[in-house]
Amino acid sequence: MGKDQHTDWDVLIKGLWRENPVFVAVLGMCPTLAVTNTAINSLAMASATFFVLVFSSLFVSLLRKVIAKQVRITTYIVIIATFVSLVDMLLAALVPDIHKELGAFIALIVVNCLILGRQESFAAKNKVGAALMDAIGMGLGFTIALLMIGIVRELLGNGSLFDIPIFGTSFEPWIIMILPPGGFFTLGFLLLLFNAVALRRAKANAITS
Amino acid sequence: MAQELLWIFISALLINNFTLTYFLGICPFLGVSNKVDTALRLGLANIFVMIITAVAAWALNTYVLIYAPYLRLISFIIVIASTVQFVEMAIKKWSPELFRALGIFLPLITTNCAILGLALFATNKGYGLLEGIVYALGAGGGVTLALILMAGIREETRVLDIPDAVKGTALSLIVAGILSMAFMGFAGMFSAA
Repeated sequence: MGKDQHTDWDVLIKGLWRENPVFVAVLGMCPTLAVTNTAINSLAMASATFFVLVFSSLFVSLLRKVIAKQVRITTYIVIIATFVSLVDMLLAALVPDIHKELGAFIALIVVNCLILGRQESFAAKNKVGAALMDAIGMGLGFTIALLMIGIVRELLGNGSLFDIPIFGTSFEPWIIMILPPGGFFTLGFLLLLFNAVALRRAKANAITS
Repeated sequence: MAQELLWIFISALLINNFTLTYFLGICPFLGVSNKVDTALRLGLANIFVMIITAVAAWALNTYVLIYAPYLRLISFIIVIASTVQFVEMAIKKWSPELFRALGIFLPLITTNCAILGLALFATNKGYGLLEGIVYALGAGGGVTLALILMAGIREETRVLDIPDAVKGTALSLIVAGILSMAFMGFAGMFSAA
């Protein structure tokens, strides 16, 4: 029993860092970079994706023995699209302001390759418990990545964090960071940072061993 | 009317470029575009699928979804994917040359965010059939333009001496950021008109 728990934890943890969907696998870029211009928008987008990912994984894992092989991708997409429609309506009812700002990009969660990728490579082959753990881990990893991008962009582009001014009035905001190029730059430099750390670690390991 | 259509086209092509300002279709943009020739064919296949999508989305919006708006997302995805598959089979039969030119990209593109994005944006803007097709042409042209530019730059960078940490996606993203900045210049182009 103890061993099972260990592997469950491992499934959860790997999504956070070692196999982080954004920084390591570079998945799910398309509908997400566009809305990470502030920390709040990033959080909203990440929570919506998290919700869809967890529930889709749950259902795909439950139905894994019923779904015919030939139509599996279509089935996954229908399941994902159902939950995205739900999230879209939920956000419109609960937080209409944020929903308006995110616009069509909420609907575009359907084509987030991260979600379909997890269904195909994990949820369809594993028991419900493990599938849920994997979805939660990946969802959290995605949330961390999006928040990092959103925080950098809002801090530099607006001098604030979650709409609270940080740098005071003498700070000249870098408007470009809130605009589309800022999304590319922020993710580019974050990836660069990750690569540099990984390379340095690999080099250190090579020397010690 | 003609002026309005031209405006829709230019706006989708340059000012609101799908790849560089909406971040749609980033995956092939970062992954595939290594050769200009491949990029061009991928772009053409994209334009093709987008036109079919625009027609399909218009038909769904006008005839089906007024009765069940909550099914929009699901029906868009299924109808677009199956229409593209169907048209692909038709092309394979009637024009093997065209089929070979578009190649493997056709089925891949169907799951591209730019396609669903096009259908959703056209719906949100309330475009009719003709406007939708012009919008698809502009958006597809914009994606093609971005793919070709990126492929050209990547062909050049292959012979450069680049630090290991920057190689790959990081470099592509930074290049994309600079391209995106260049495209921002178009935003002022038509504001006087």
